Amino acid sequence: MMDLSAINPILLLASLMVAATPIILAAVGELVVERAGVLNLGVEGMMITGAVCGFIMAVNSGSPLLGFIGAAIGGAVLSLLFGFLTQFLLANQVATGLALTLFGLGLSALMGQNYIGIKAPEFPDWHIPLLGDIPVIGPIVFQHDPMVYVGLAIVVAVWAFLKFSRAGLILRAVGENHEAAHALGYHVVRVRMLAIMFGGACAGLGGAYLSLVRVPQWTEGMTAGAGWIALAIVVFASWKPMRLLLGAYLFGGVTVLQLNLQAAGMAIPVEYLSMSPYLATIAVLVIMRSGRAPGSLGQSFHASR
Amino acid sequence: MLMLEKRPQPSKIWTLAAPLLAVVLTMICGGLLFAALGKAPIETIRTIFFDPLFSEFAWFYRPQLLIKGAPLALIAIGLSFGFRAGIWNIGAEGQYIVGAICGAAVGLAFYPTESFLIFPLMVIAGVLGGTLWALIPGILKVKFDTNEILVSLMLVYVAEQLLASMALGALRNPDGMGFPGSRNLAKYDSASSWISENAGMHWGVVAAMIAVIFAYVTLSRHQFGFNVRLAGQSPRAARFAGVNPKLLVLVCMGISGGLAGAAGLFEVAGPAGQISIDFNVGYGFTAIIVAFLGRLHPIGILLAAGLMALTYIGGEIAQSNLGLPGAAIQLMQGMLLFFLLMVDVLTNYRLRFRQETTV
Repeated sequence: MMDLSAINPILLLASLMVAATPIILAAVGELVVERAGVLNLGVEGMMITGAVCGFIMAVNSGSPLLGFIGAAIGGAVLSLLFGFLTQFLLANQVATGLALTLFGLGLSALMGQNYIGIKAPEFPDWHIPLLGDIPVIGPIVFQHDPMVYVGLAIVVAVWAFLKFSRAGLILRAVGENHEAAHALGYHVVRVRMLAIMFGGACAGLGGAYLSLVRVPQWTEGMTAGAGWIALAIVVFASWKPMRLLLGAYLFGGVTVLQLNLQAAGMAIPVEYLSMSPYLATIAVLVIMRSGRAPGSLGQSFHASR
Repeated sequence: MLMLEKRPQPSKIWTLAAPLLAVVLTMICGGLLFAALGKAPIETIRTIFFDPLFSEFAWFYRPQLLIKGAPLALIAIGLSFGFRAGIWNIGAEGQYIVGAICGAAVGLAFYPTESFLIFPLMVIAGVLGGTLWALIPGILKVKFDTNEILVSLMLVYVAEQLLASMALGALRNPDGMGFPGSRNLAKYDSASSWISENAGMHWGVVAAMIAVIFAYVTLSRHQFGFNVRLAGQSPRAARFAGVNPKLLVLVCMGISGGLAGAAGLFEVAGPAGQISIDFNVGYGFTAIIVAFLGRLHPIGILLAAGLMALTYIGGEIAQSNLGLPGAAIQLMQGMLLFFLLMVDVLTNYRLRFRQETTV
């Protein structure tokens, strides 16, 4: 029997914020990469590598914080591989990104084979004093684990960086027109490598959020397309950081709602409910006429040309 | 200092040599990986790459090569059209699943009638299913300018859920005592895709051969093949030459989806036998590696599919005989694609050692 009253709207909205966090983290990293003119389709591979690196680190050290640091490093190191191939060897970015995903899935399965079935160390929620005590809003917004706020802080930081800082302007110039940026004396490849590493680190954090907080366990292929959804949300956001939040919360909302409907015993079979986040992502891609992509997105840069 | 200098034309020698060098590099790095996992590197490499072909049990493994290679070649041939034209269908895994579901559904609908018409009908249903599934991202790209990479990939996850629902629901074997999974199609004569099970021959192998020949002729001799190559190398020139880019997207997506769907149908009616929750094993993704490794060329794809099939079978032998983790093989396959992309720089660029001189 379906019992909709079992769904608590406050809990629903609170878990929406948690469900959106891994996507926010991965997407904001990819946003910076794409604003620098690089299309890294390996987000899924970097996420799952981050998930396993973070999990191994956290289990062995007992500290989720160290786990997240390990995940960021793991994701960034893997992204260097992509950077080396696309920036120095001028490999096709689409193909290299796909390779990164396939490679990351294999690598993580191999690294994590002795960690299946172990529980991650506890990562307690913050109960922010005063703010957390506000009725309704408190439990929804101010009683989460620290990574939820780290994710939001990164989004705001990226927004400010791109909008107000000189370095952000250079990064955008490199992404819009790498020939012109090169002619002005900026190091196109260096800027892009840094952006790629940032993207890798963020994807790693997003993956670790899945394995350390959301699930919290390690299973093979546990990202289940989250990296690809992050890529879709960057397009949805028209490469603007603040709109990215909207997309991620929309996605988080669909995910949480379908999980709640499953638990409430909705008459629709579980499989069809599980499809809904992916279908919603497609719908969003169709409905949103996306803004203009960075001018040099996906093109290799070679100074001789 | 080491510099890259663009070649006026891609090097012919490196086009052929790059995949070979990539395989050698993968063997070396794979050996290091196996050594790090505590396995004897040379023995493991030999087990993976040579034992399936030349050991005393090779008679058992060689038919397996056809069984694993056929779907890979079939899917990769389809993908190569789109990849050449810059249309990235990476959801072949989903089209493979949907093809299998549609084909199996037709076969199961006729059970237990025996007729020579049933199998051809199943093939048509499989191809149609795969084609339609691939046309979803195609049409969305043409109509709404959505990204085909993302949509086709999202549809893989949708197809996986659909597969689970079919295995547990509509297509479940009514005599299966409640276990998930459909009736065994391989044991239903009119629906079986086997020609000779002992030789590893099924209709998918035949279809793969036909696809290779068809693709070769199309790409080298037909206007459509020319348009595909033109659109990939110079989209602007293609537009001036009167190539309709939207039609090209639909046709390329349709071809790749249809072949992936066919591969799924041949698999479910033969080697796999039934629709089950874990029916798909990632052929659709491995086929991407196969397509690139074969340089998007039909003959190359055939060879690459053989090599990939070898690593699958050799990997299984190494898994059971040497205790090599299955993920190590997956990692090695990913590595192969990386090395290929890495070595590929030499096809388009020349390495130059240049002294630091005053400009």
